[in-house]
Amino acid sequence: MVDAPQGSRVVVAPLRAWLGRRRVLVAGIVLVGLVVVITLAAPLFAPFSPTLPGADRLVPPGGVHWFGTDQLRRDVLSRVIYGGRIPLEVAFSSTVLSLLIGASLGWISGYASGRLDRTLSLVMDALYSFPALILAITIVAMLGPGVLNMVAAIAIVYIPTYFRVARGQTLRVREEAYVEAAQALGARAPRMLRVHIAPNTLNALMAIVSFNIADAILTEAGLAFLGFGLPPPTPDWGFDIQNGQAFLQSGYWWLITFPGIAIVITSLGFNLLGEGIGEAVGPQS
Amino acid sequence: MGLLRYAVTRVLLTIPMVLILLTVVFLVLHVMPGNPVLVILGGRNVPLALIHEYEHRLGFDQPIYVQYAKYLWGVAHGNLGESFATGMSVTSQIGLHLPATLELSFSGLFIAALIGVSTGVWAALRQGGITDQVLRFAHIGTYAIPIFWSGLMLQMLFGVFLKWFPTGLQLNPVDAAFFQPITGFVLLDTLLRGNFALFGEAALHLLLPAFTLGLALSGLVGRVTRAALIEVLDLDYVRTARAKGLPHRVMVLKHALRNALIPIITVVGIQFAILMGGAVLTEAVFSWPGIGSFLLQSIKARDFNAIQGTVVVIAVLIASVNLVVDIFYALIDPRVRFS
Repeated sequence: MVDAPQGSRVVVAPLRAWLGRRRVLVAGIVLVGLVVVITLAAPLFAPFSPTLPGADRLVPPGGVHWFGTDQLRRDVLSRVIYGGRIPLEVAFSSTVLSLLIGASLGWISGYASGRLDRTLSLVMDALYSFPALILAITIVAMLGPGVLNMVAAIAIVYIPTYFRVARGQTLRVREEAYVEAAQALGARAPRMLRVHIAPNTLNALMAIVSFNIADAILTEAGLAFLGFGLPPPTPDWGFDIQNGQAFLQSGYWWLITFPGIAIVITSLGFNLLGEGIGEAVGPQS
Repeated sequence: MGLLRYAVTRVLLTIPMVLILLTVVFLVLHVMPGNPVLVILGGRNVPLALIHEYEHRLGFDQPIYVQYAKYLWGVAHGNLGESFATGMSVTSQIGLHLPATLELSFSGLFIAALIGVSTGVWAALRQGGITDQVLRFAHIGTYAIPIFWSGLMLQMLFGVFLKWFPTGLQLNPVDAAFFQPITGFVLLDTLLRGNFALFGEAALHLLLPAFTLGLALSGLVGRVTRAALIEVLDLDYVRTARAKGLPHRVMVLKHALRNALIPIITVVGIQFAILMGGAVLTEAVFSWPGIGSFLLQSIKARDFNAIQGTVVVIAVLIASVNLVVDIFYALIDPRVRFS
């Protein structure tokens, strides 16, 4: 019989030891969890409306308004709490999109080899070598501002990242004996990709997702900061920093400080999560 | 493969790279919605005849492949077309803005190397200790911080509150108005003119933006330095050097770091693309008159030729830096040439 305290010794203690060795992973999970929960449950946490004026102009932090108010008499804390919705939405959607498209192209390219592979690789390498932000700006500038357009621009920019990893992994897996065996048994390309190739490349792909989200959040913030995001009054960290820039010379520090800290916490969280996953999965990555 | 043949192959390989980017941007600009003629003519209620006249004059009434071929022909001859907004040659406009960006990005690169290599060496020597962990966190932190935000925070702290540095531009507006450039590189030109006071002013203006850019890249350099140095410190010849009784400092700096430099330089070269992206944001924050500011200005004006031209120039710049790094790498490590 295993009684309760013993059970906790069997389960909890090793778990604690395991987590103790993975401080980076834990830190990442905590930060990401914090941001995601607060953002999803924004109405529960925000003390005021993020878009309606409710106080005096440019009140410094303290008292009722912990993070102060902006020039339109809105509560900065509430805007910071709501301001993560667009960045997270855009970062998640664009990451999923580029993962789907990039990985599929990578599998096909790596498996097909030949001229198709060479052409695709060349195009992807060219896109990969170009600064993500500048490419995203150019695309979104032509599509016009908006959430969907930002998602599309950021997704296009990160497709090469997944393409390269999926292709590289496919080339590795293709050499395995079981793949050759399946080929010898007459499996066709779609089945080969679906059953034998793709599943064995997933680990490597998943290892970069978290870093990608972190990067996408910074790219979204950059786009919003440059004015390619949503029109006001939608709260968005990057856009709010641009708004605060105009008041910086007069010393209204809180307008840019708090949304910026929110971006750093979010991006740091996803970076640490990525590092932690890498450590947990294997020492080679 | 000889070094020369390797270099020539690499040069030839950069051509499709630039061509692909050019094509992608051309398609983005010409296939996606938005009529630049309407923007030039200032919005709605424009007579149809006038629109057609402009479309004809700018060549928009021709089939897209004709426009594309004409554009390629121009680019091959260094002609990036005329700016829709100003009517000036895009090539000469980019030429005016490029020196500021190069000055900013190479200073940023220098600062990144300075901070990154020193903290990386420090972390490697304290491997596993508390210093190493703190530095690892700091290194990750530098690339989690949005560059425009660190720029604004530095600007606010050192420019607005402490007033140690100016908050933007390359020179004070009055000095800039009277200054006659020679090469376009302000730091160089002030020296060439022998105006040391102005040189100091320019350096003061450069420091905050360059530090912003350098800091953003330093984390990556730091991590690569740490990893490369740890690997090298484990090798036999370093152990021999240590067994020989060489002072620790000499061993690290002369024997280990020198060999660790190869991967470090490679990574720094590859990061040049990130640097250019960061430069656009840094220029926006510090009103730096480089090609990043020019690009944003062109986008706001929907100045297609100017946008296209800037992207092409940035692509060529990145391809050239990668090329130099590759050749440098092959020069140091002959194994590269044969793979």
